[in-house]
Amino acid sequence: MAESLKGGDAPARRLSWNDPDVRSVVYQVVALGLVALVGWFLISNTLHNLSVRNIASGFGFMEREAGFAIGESPIAFGPENTYGRAVLVGLLNTLRIAAVGIILATIIGTIVGIARLSKNWLIARLATVYVEVVRNVPLLLQLFFWYAVITETLPGPRQAIDAGLGVFISNRGIKFPAPTDHVAFDLAALGFLVAIALAVAVSHWAKKRQDATGQPFPVWWTGLGLIIGMPVLGWLVGGAPMELDMPVLRGFNFSGGATLTPEFAALLAGLVIYTAGFVAEVVRAGIQAVNYGQWEAAGALGLSRTRTLRLVVLPQSLRVIIPPMTSQYLNLTKNSSLAVAIGYPDIVSIANTTLNQTGQAIEGIMIIMAVYLSISLSISVFMNWYNKHIALVER
Amino acid sequence: MAQPIIDLQGVNKWYGEFHVLRNINLTVARGERIVICGPSGSGKSTMIRCINRLEEHQKGHIIVDGTELTNDLKNIDAIRREVGMVFQHFNLFPHLTVLENLTLGPIWVLKQPKAEAEAAAMKYLERVRIPEQAKKYPGQLSGGQQQRVAIARALAGSPKLLLADEPTGNLDTQMARAVMQLLEDIHRDGATIVMVTHDPELAARAQRNVHVIDGQIVDVGEAPRLHMNVSRLSA
Amino acid sequence: MASVTEALPPPNPQSGPLAWLRERLFSSPLNAILTMLSVWLLLMVLPPLVEWALIRANFTAETSAECRAGAGACWAFIAQKYRLILFGLYPFDEQWRPLVAALILIGMIVASCLPAMWKPRLILLWVAGLVAVAVLMWGGILGLRYVEDTLWGGLPLTLILATFGIAVAFPFGLVLALGRRSKMPAIKTLCVLYIELIRGVPLISMLFMSSVMLPLFLPEGFSIDKLLRAQIAIILFAAAYIAEVVRGGLQAIPKGQYEGADSLGLNYAQKMGFIILPQALKVVIPPMVSLFIAVFKDTSLVVIIGIYDLMQSTKVSLTDPAWRGFSIEAYIFVSAIYFIFCFSMSKYSKALEDRLATGHKR
Repeated sequence: MAESLKGGDAPARRLSWNDPDVRSVVYQVVALGLVALVGWFLISNTLHNLSVRNIASGFGFMEREAGFAIGESPIAFGPENTYGRAVLVGLLNTLRIAAVGIILATIIGTIVGIARLSKNWLIARLATVYVEVVRNVPLLLQLFFWYAVITETLPGPRQAIDAGLGVFISNRGIKFPAPTDHVAFDLAALGFLVAIALAVAVSHWAKKRQDATGQPFPVWWTGLGLIIGMPVLGWLVGGAPMELDMPVLRGFNFSGGATLTPEFAALLAGLVIYTAGFVAEVVRAGIQAVNYGQWEAAGALGLSRTRTLRLVVLPQSLRVIIPPMTSQYLNLTKNSSLAVAIGYPDIVSIANTTLNQTGQAIEGIMIIMAVYLSISLSISVFMNWYNKHIALVER
Repeated sequence: MAQPIIDLQGVNKWYGEFHVLRNINLTVARGERIVICGPSGSGKSTMIRCINRLEEHQKGHIIVDGTELTNDLKNIDAIRREVGMVFQHFNLFPHLTVLENLTLGPIWVLKQPKAEAEAAAMKYLERVRIPEQAKKYPGQLSGGQQQRVAIARALAGSPKLLLADEPTGNLDTQMARAVMQLLEDIHRDGATIVMVTHDPELAARAQRNVHVIDGQIVDVGEAPRLHMNVSRLSA
Repeated sequence: MASVTEALPPPNPQSGPLAWLRERLFSSPLNAILTMLSVWLLLMVLPPLVEWALIRANFTAETSAECRAGAGACWAFIAQKYRLILFGLYPFDEQWRPLVAALILIGMIVASCLPAMWKPRLILLWVAGLVAVAVLMWGGILGLRYVEDTLWGGLPLTLILATFGIAVAFPFGLVLALGRRSKMPAIKTLCVLYIELIRGVPLISMLFMSSVMLPLFLPEGFSIDKLLRAQIAIILFAAAYIAEVVRGGLQAIPKGQYEGADSLGLNYAQKMGFIILPQALKVVIPPMVSLFIAVFKDTSLVVIIGIYDLMQSTKVSLTDPAWRGFSIEAYIFVSAIYFIFCFSMSKYSKALEDRLATGHKR
């Protein structure tokens, strides 16, 4: 008896097609074999074609001189720099547009999402019209539209629209005053960083104090005061310089100040307006996911509307909002690749130029894919971590 | 006569064109346990939801513990501090543990230190006989256990008055009896309880019954004679 | 005490236009301010817009100079160029063919939206429809002149890229979804790799890959034309997304259904074909419609590799030296076309979702 329980008398396993394990192994071997076969076919063709066309493979070309200029770059770049540096510029440009776009799309999308749920009929209607129009027209078309608006309907620099405060809008982009190279502005930036550190410290201290004495501390207001006050303080300590680098019309164009190029502005406008439509829907769903009973229960305990929002509603909404929100952020980053259509030098556009000039098609495509895959991968790693830590515990 | 804890004088409320509360007059004395019963849609829930301003009344006066409910946020806050509420759907906060559900109000509204609030909360969890669930999340509990937590949460602010809106409406008979027994025990300890139900068996166990039909109080009576039988049954 | 009170009307009027205004627009000071702000915004934007688009617009001008004289929109540009925008370079006399092809495609999409049509023979309809479209577009038989696909363009091409893309990608996506849920580690890994790889990169990189790398992948002397390469990229791309949508549907099927099928002694193919997929595919119809909308919008990207779709034909129409500078009008026109398609599909998908949701509750 005991023997048979240990499996001594179990029916002997024979290698048979009727054994599900055998089948499973065979299927998998066949699938892997097919994939390997197709892969080998493609790779051998490619190697053959490359040798016929005399294209050397490898990333050696990255060291060579690029020979083309890039319209805008956060780091210094000239035609004498290498392809490698050009690709770096593209990557930085992609990250820059994505970062600014994500921040603005989140702000606008959140406002529109809340507006769609407003009791105010007009506001809700306007928000709905916005969302429906923006989501149902291709992003690329919207990009072309904004680019055309900027380059075709805006006046030239000599007739630039003076938006006040030294901001000039023309078909060469948006010119605005920039801080000059003065120690006061460095101090202000330093003050900002110090304020963030202080705000974190204050919130820790406030929590400790409340646990001990029960007295809450106005952490939000203090933090806001710090973040506004410290940079101002830094600026004052630096001597409170009043002069900024103002854009000035010289001849046919502006000099001085900082510029939003038409390409950057159009791409940013398109990405932000488009993505905000999707963010709005995510936010709306997140708010609706929290049952009204939660508001009532918190209200019945005597919590104010603001505290209810912060302690009860937001923590629940965010659980619903954050996963789809991250995928919208990812979409925005991937969509920034449409930059190539209006000539903003992002990673796709520069890799494309590179592969056209050098003929290194495979390497060029690999660079593009590697960049996006590493962004996607890091975001999904974060998402998995987040989901594990934040999921509601239910049985 | 001592000042009543609740005094409704000529209260009227409309949902759009629908006249949901029609000229309600009712006083509840301290230490009373009354049940408001009536068919669904009769306005009984709306009536108690007006008492802590989850709904707004449009005419008449509502005076809770000497404070009249007006648009003044200070008054609303003061009254909500005095009034605990238990809901049909429990409305526990799913992202907080049972203990955190109980301490949220005392910490943020009554400004108690955390340790003190937690000690008090454990006392209330023992009172509702589920102290061992303190670290769990509401989603991990049964319906009956969730309603006990909800009752403990309502008590944690040491209110002078406990409102219960169909507290057993979502529970099976056995759990409902246990929750009722709990509310009766709490009443015996000195709390004032106003409860809404459409379950005649539960209504029969009250000291005083208020019948609401079509938004009007049609009958305020002593506990019906069923009372004795039921308590014998449940004993 | 128990005197009966009759139902009375509320103290303030609760209906009628005034009450509506108070309730919907001026219920609180904040709401009143927001309302005033939006009204101000609308007053700032709408009148000039109406003036530009309608009152001062020119619908009939014969030359661009005449159009430019007015300060309004030049819709005459659209009147001049709509054939180019809609049908691209397709031979002018034969343009009824892409028109009929487009109508067939639209008809098939509409037919697939009717629940009464959700039967196996819908697949037959699709095969027949797609063959008819191919015959109409290429011609060369039935007395139709042969038209090279490099001359195809405009709206029919956009519709073809999107519908063929989804239709061909669907079986691939289905297999990938089943593979991803398979218990066989090698197959599961392959499917996950494919799906995540494709979903991690932008469509544009797939299009570039198909246009520059596909020629390298193939044996020497063997080439596929540009349009087909773009179509392949869209199919490969859509398959990964379809796989995820279908996987969502498979996950929505309760475990009991699988166990029920197993207990009947059905094998894997029978279990999936008779029990699981029919239920899962019904669940995924609304997200599939949303995906179709996304693919329909995304086909506009082929303009970047120079395919002559609706977007590209619009851009080409803008390069006519005689009619320069009317991009805004052209883009609004094309936006309206895209909007009509996408908006109606998304409304349909929403309605369907609501209907299916109630169907599940009962």
